Amino acid sequence: MSGRVLVGVKRVIDYAVKIRVKPDNSGVVTDGVKHSMNPFCEIAVEEAVKLKEKKLIKEVVAVSCGPQQSQETIRTALAMGADRGIHVEVSGKDYETLGPLQVSKILAALAKKEDAQLIILGKQAIDDDCNQTGQMTAALLDWPQGTFASEVSMDGAQVKVVREIDGGLETIKINTPAVLTADLRLNTPRYATLPNIMKAKKKKIANVKPADLGVDLTSRLEVLRVDEPPQRQAGMKVETVEDLVEKLRDTGMV
Amino acid sequence: MAALGPLSRTARLGCNLCRKHRLVFNRNLQRRGIASCIDPSYGLSEEQKEFQKVAFDFAANEMAPHMAEWDQKEIFPVETMRKAAQLGFGGIYVQPEVGGSGLSRLDTSIIFEALSTGCVSTTAYISIHNMCAWMIDTFGNNEQRERFCPDLCSMEKFASYCLTEPGSGSDAASLLTSARLKGDHYILNGSKAFISGGGDTDVYVVMCRTGGKGPKGISCLVVEKGTPGLSFGKKEKKVGWNSQPTRAVIFEDCAVPVTNRLGAEGQGFNIAMKGLNGGRINIASCSLGAAHASVLLARDHLLVRKQFGETLANNQFLQFKLAEMATKLVASRLLVREAATALQQSRADAVSLCSMAKLFVTDECFNICNQALQMHGGYGYLKDYAVQQFVRDIRVHQILEGRCIFSFLCSRSQFDLSAYVFNLLPQEPTR
Repeated sequence: MSGRVLVGVKRVIDYAVKIRVKPDNSGVVTDGVKHSMNPFCEIAVEEAVKLKEKKLIKEVVAVSCGPQQSQETIRTALAMGADRGIHVEVSGKDYETLGPLQVSKILAALAKKEDAQLIILGKQAIDDDCNQTGQMTAALLDWPQGTFASEVSMDGAQVKVVREIDGGLETIKINTPAVLTADLRLNTPRYATLPNIMKAKKKKIANVKPADLGVDLTSRLEVLRVDEPPQRQAGMKVETVEDLVEKLRDTGMV
Repeated sequence: MAALGPLSRTARLGCNLCRKHRLVFNRNLQRRGIASCIDPSYGLSEEQKEFQKVAFDFAANEMAPHMAEWDQKEIFPVETMRKAAQLGFGGIYVQPEVGGSGLSRLDTSIIFEALSTGCVSTTAYISIHNMCAWMIDTFGNNEQRERFCPDLCSMEKFASYCLTEPGSGSDAASLLTSARLKGDHYILNGSKAFISGGGDTDVYVVMCRTGGKGPKGISCLVVEKGTPGLSFGKKEKKVGWNSQPTRAVIFEDCAVPVTNRLGAEGQGFNIAMKGLNGGRINIASCSLGAAHASVLLARDHLLVRKQFGETLANNQFLQFKLAEMATKLVASRLLVREAATALQQSRADAVSLCSMAKLFVTDECFNICNQALQMHGGYGYLKDYAVQQFVRDIRVHQILEGRCIFSFLCSRSQFDLSAYVFNLLPQEPTR
């Protein structure tokens, strides 16, 4: 086993920013808006670095697909402890239509190229909330998947994953190579330390084009319109329980 | 008509901040979490943005939630500061070979500015601690650096800077604490006042008189807690800076080994002043962080509070006021960062820039925080709202590390009395 882990990190609008829709309803305003690493990707990086510290894996490679600015996100991953980075350059129109299908094709190609033992991703991105990339990547590679992981432990060539599911917690054992997606309670990402930020400067980020990986970026989806959620309507006050039941029947809720 | 020009500029800036256009457009209270025109990451390198991000995250997660409690209960947050030290904040501009992070003065300013948004008082103490660690690193011999710096950088041990005395504040060079040489020890007698961290810290960097009168008779000694003859006064009750204890430090026939002296005899005053140059940038940076946080708090309040049928954000006077506050914040930030760069490069104007930055920035930022409090109305006066703590905490930044002397210093350098610019003044700024 190569002992190499690929971690996908996505550059998204910072979680603290209030999103605004563009006046032409074509999308969300991203120019001049603060961006940072997707919080679930931070958790994924932390898990990979933890596995390396426990000496269960040998190398952590941070991957990001996007324009030039994605390199900042990779640098953050390097500052947290990743060993090197791969920046898959996607910009302009291609970047606007980049979705889980395209990213999973890229990750699958990279996983084969880098001979990865594990791919760890965040369970979903906070901008599109797709929750598809991990699952699609596993399918394309025909690898087992441990999604919504809240606990990960390695047992030889197998991985034990405790998954957060609707009914509670499910524990599965899967063979490597595998794809894992990180859920919120998997760990608490560390702060990058000042020395690590400086060391990160020296770590390498390789530049790759999707064409080099033989990936076709055409999207099968077209975004027609983006709207804000409807304004919250005022509620109604009723006097008695009978009135309440009547109102519920009237509005068809019961 | 001409007068409308500047007014409309201010109005546009105010609108930008209050998102007035957007409010009309969207008809609901959508707003950015981070106001772009006062974003402190403009003009920084990628690496500096990373440092700043870590500091902001640390401030938001580890400090801001406890800021009020530390103030009200007067808690010295040792564990939190040690966590900060693990990230490298214990000796930011100390050399890496003795455990520091080896960063520049500008990097340091950016970090303290960000940390200060979480808790001014704690950040100010961390900056004092950093100043002491740097003094030992720069002026100590290798044995002293290796003995003290690693523990200070990890905050295993905490440090205090002791210059001010009951009888000598601005007139620091007239200090009286004596250090008489007896064999291989100095015997210290005297007392220091207003010492930040005093009583709770482990390492005291003390300026004392080994020679004759004036600055040339002063030396710098490192005194460790537990040395017989070292005691402390009562903990002072302060208006702000309550997360750090302030006490008098008393020496009664306190014997300190000669091997604890930093630099040569008579070099102490010079060491103290050099430490303060950086200390002033740090304190000014702490003021910047408080002002930044206060502007955001004021902006948020204006967007929420309604009077006369609309939100305060639609009030033109308040828009102008907020725009002025933002402008002064950015102007202050630029001055501090330029002073930091000058100090790093040992430029000829470094000392005067540091003094000017400290003078200007601490005043302007206090005014900004005060304005922000005013904009909160009655709520600003309640301890439930953070803005009053920023006001109380940064008020002292206008006092310590020297003040009226700056007009003196700058006016003298204007008359080209260059000798005075190099810290050989009989009257000198103080901690």
